[in-house]
Amino acid sequence: MNHLTQENIVVEMRGITKRFPGIIANDNIQLKVKKGEIHALLGENGAGKSTLMNVLFGLYQPEEGDILINGQKVNITSPNVANELGIGMVHQHFMLVEPFTVTENIVLGKEPKKGMSIDIAKAAKDVENLSKQYGLMVDPHAKIEDISVGMQQRVEILKTLYRGAEIIIFDEPTAVLTPQEIHELIEIMHNLVKEGKTIILITHKLKEIMAVCDSVTIIRRGKTIDTLSVANTNPDELAAKMVGREVNFHVEKTEAKPKEVILSVQNVTAMGNRGVNALKGISLDVRAGEILGIAGVDGNGQSELIEVLTGLRKSQGGTIKLRDKDITNKLPREISESGLSNIPEDRHKRGLVLDFTMSENMVLETYFHKEFNKGGFLDYNAIESHAAKLIQEFDVRTPSIHTPARALSGGNQQKAIIAREVHKDPELLIAAQPTRGLDVGAIEFIHKRLVEQRDKGKAVLLVSFELDEILNVSDRIAVIYEGQIVGIVDPKQTNEQELGLMMAGSKRTQGGTSVE
Amino acid sequence: MNKVIGIFTKDSFLVPLVAILLGLICGAIAMLAGGFDPILAYQSLLEKVFGDVYNFGETIRQITPLIFTGLSVAFAFRTGLFNIGAEGQLVIGMIASVYAGVVFDLPPGIHAVVALLIGGIAGGLWGAFVGWLKATRGVHEVITSIMMNWIALYFANWVLQTFLVPEGQQRSENIKDSAVLTIGWLSQMFDSARLHWGTAIALLGAVAFFVILWKTKTGFELRAVGLNPHASEYAGMNVNRNVVKAMFIGGLFAGLGGACEVLGVFHYQAVMAALPGYGFDGIAVALIGGNTPFGVVLGAILFGILTFGATGMKFGAGVPVELIRVVIASVIFFVAAHGIVRLFLKPVLNRKKKEAV
Repeated sequence: MNHLTQENIVVEMRGITKRFPGIIANDNIQLKVKKGEIHALLGENGAGKSTLMNVLFGLYQPEEGDILINGQKVNITSPNVANELGIGMVHQHFMLVEPFTVTENIVLGKEPKKGMSIDIAKAAKDVENLSKQYGLMVDPHAKIEDISVGMQQRVEILKTLYRGAEIIIFDEPTAVLTPQEIHELIEIMHNLVKEGKTIILITHKLKEIMAVCDSVTIIRRGKTIDTLSVANTNPDELAAKMVGREVNFHVEKTEAKPKEVILSVQNVTAMGNRGVNALKGISLDVRAGEILGIAGVDGNGQSELIEVLTGLRKSQGGTIKLRDKDITNKLPREISESGLSNIPEDRHKRGLVLDFTMSENMVLETYFHKEFNKGGFLDYNAIESHAAKLIQEFDVRTPSIHTPARALSGGNQQKAIIAREVHKDPELLIAAQPTRGLDVGAIEFIHKRLVEQRDKGKAVLLVSFELDEILNVSDRIAVIYEGQIVGIVDPKQTNEQELGLMMAGSKRTQGGTSVE
Repeated sequence: MNKVIGIFTKDSFLVPLVAILLGLICGAIAMLAGGFDPILAYQSLLEKVFGDVYNFGETIRQITPLIFTGLSVAFAFRTGLFNIGAEGQLVIGMIASVYAGVVFDLPPGIHAVVALLIGGIAGGLWGAFVGWLKATRGVHEVITSIMMNWIALYFANWVLQTFLVPEGQQRSENIKDSAVLTIGWLSQMFDSARLHWGTAIALLGAVAFFVILWKTKTGFELRAVGLNPHASEYAGMNVNRNVVKAMFIGGLFAGLGGACEVLGVFHYQAVMAALPGYGFDGIAVALIGGNTPFGVVLGAILFGILTFGATGMKFGAGVPVELIRVVIASVIFFVAAHGIVRLFLKPVLNRKKKEAV
C-alpha cells in the first residue's frame, strides 16, 4: 500500500468492527480509497462488504474504528451526514417512487422551491444538465414505472450527483442488468471518474473488476485480506484470495454418455404474459446422462418454456413427454411427482418461502408424502431430521434448521433449493439461472452438482444467460431465439462469437426447427 | 421456568404491554382534559369488573365473542388475507343458529350442537364466498368482506322479519330450550350472569387455531400460500383453493361466535339497527394479540374488560362511556405504531442487550 500517499486518500476506514447478534460482520477492517479511482470491494456473499459500506453511508454505527474523509476524522451517524460529506450510494434494490417522474424522484427531499411550490421546471433543467454532463441520457419527464431497470439505475446515480456526491458507492450494480446495460454502465463509471468522482464498487464478479477497476480490496469472513492494484493481479489470484483456496473455473467432467430420451418437447406453442406468442413451436430432446444447455438472450421464451414444462403455464399446442408419460398441461404437482425437479429462476419468488424455517422449506414439495404426513398431521420430527440430513449433505451454512430461509445468504439459499430438488431423485432436473448472483465458490459447487446428476444418469436441462456457464457445463447447446430453437451445437466446436450471432437471430437455420 | 420468563421479557410481549400502558396514559390525559379524575375512573373500571361475581361473569360473556372474531381475523391474516368481514360472518352465524334454534325440533343437547354447527358453517360459507370472489375474479378481499358485512346485516334482518319475528314485534321468538347453550349451574354461581359453553368453545377454538396452522398438512399449505403464493404454486399447491379454505375457517370462527351469542346469551335475535361491532373489535384484538392464538385470547380479555368496565367509570367517576373508546383507540395506535413504543423501550432493551453480551 506504499504507493498510496496520504494526500490523495479520500476515504480511509481504520479498524472498523461491527457486530451483529451471533456474528462479527466486520472484524478490524482497513480500507483506503484514492481520489479519482474505481476501487473494488471484493468478497463472497456474506463476507461483510455491504455491512462495511453501510457503515460508511451512515446506516450502521461501528462498534470500533475510525472513518476519515479527506484526512478528517468524521462521525457518520446517518445517511444525511454521509450526503453532506459528499458520499452517495446506489443501492442494489432501488429506492424509487414508481409513479413519480425521474425529476420528482431525484429532487425528492431536496426540492428547489419557488414561493410555496416546487420549481419543477428548474429541477428538470438541473437534472437534464447533470444527465448530459455525465452522459447518462435520462429523460427527466419519464415516469419510473415506464423506464427500464438500467435507466432506473441511472436515476439512482443522478440522485447521488444531484446531492453533490463526490464519492459514489455502487452495491452490486450489474446484478440486475443485461450485458448491453452492463457495458453502458461501465462507460458511465469511466465518465464519472473523468469528472473527478471516486467510485467504490461492491462486487463478487471478477470480470468486472478486471474491466473497470484500478484497485481492489478483498474481504473474507469479515476480515481484510489484501489490497491490490488491478494491473498487477489476475482473476485466479483474486478468486483464491476471496474464497480462501484455489478455485477451479473449468468444470471438471468426463465425456457425456447420453442414453434414452427422457424429456421430449414437440412443437410446443404458448402465449407470453403480454398475450403474444412466446413459444412458437419449440422442439427439443434431453437424454439421460447429458446436460442440455439453453443459450439465449433474456426474454426469448426461456421463462415461458420452463413454466410450460413445470405446469405453471398452459401450452396452446404440441406435446411434452417425460419418458413415456404425456405431461402436457398437467398440474404442477402431478408433473413434479412424475419425476421432474426444478431449480427456479427466481429463488426468492418461486424457490423458497422466505419466512418459513429451513426445515419447512426442505419439504415444500413433499410435505404430503407418507413419510411426513400422518393422516393430515405433519410429523415434524421426520421433517426436521430430513432437513438436518440434507443441510449437512449439501453443506448449507445455516445457524439451525429452525432459521428462516430469509436469514441465509443467497448462495446458501440456492444450495438448499438444490438439495431439495436433487433429493427428490428426479428423472429430469431443470436448472434455470442456477448461479445468478452467486460468488465463485458457490458457482463451482453448483456446477459440480449438476455434472454429478448427469453422471448418475439423470437428464439435466440448464437454462442460463451466462455464456461461460453454458459453454462450460453443457454437453449440447440449444440456442433459443424468439420462442424457437434456432440451432443445436456442440460446445467443443463452437465459441462465444458463433453463439452470440445465433442468439441474436442472425445465423438462423432453415425453418427454425432443431437440427442435431 | 426460564422459558416462561423468556416469554414475558420477549419483545413480542413487552411491546404490546407498553402499548397498553401508553394507551391508558393517553386515556387519562383525555379524562384530565375533560375535568375527570382518571385514577378514580380506572379504579371504578376495575371495581366494576372484579367487584362482584355477577359483573365478573358478564365480563367473561363480553370477552367470549371477541375471542372468536379475533381468531377469525388472525387466522385469515396468517394466510395472507385481511378479513374485515368477521362482523358479517358473525351476524350470519347468529341468524342461522337462531333459525335452527327456533324452527328445528331435536332432542336437548343435540339440538344445541346442530344449531351451533349450522351457525358456524353459515359464517364459514359467508367468508368462503369472499375467498371465492378473490380466487376466481381477483376482487380484493378487503372490499368484498366490508360490503358483505352490510349485506349480512340486511339479509339477517330480512330473514328475521320474514320467518322469525311474530306480527308487531321487534324480535324473534325464543329458541327452544333444547338448543340453549347457557350453563345453568354456573350462571347461578355467578348471580345469574349469562355464562355459556361458548367460552369453552372459544378457548378450544384457540387451541384448534394453533393445531391447524402449525401441526397439520392443511395448515402448512395455508401458511405457505399466505407467505408466498408464487413459491406455493411452484411447489404444486392450489393457491385458489387455499384462499377459499382460509376464508372458510376464518368465517367459521366468527360464525361460531355469533351462534354462541344467540344460543348462550340472548336466546333470541332482535331486528338490528346497526352491526354489533364484535367483528371490528376482532381486528383490533388480532392486532394486539400479534395474530397468535394465545395473544388473541389475551387481547380479547383486555378488550372485554375495558368495554364492560366502561359503565363502571361512568358510575364511579362520571366519565362518559365513550371515553373508553379513546383508551382503546390509543392502545391500538401504539400497538400499530410499535416503532414509537420501541423508542420508549429503548433504554430497557439496550440494557438487556448489554447484559446479554
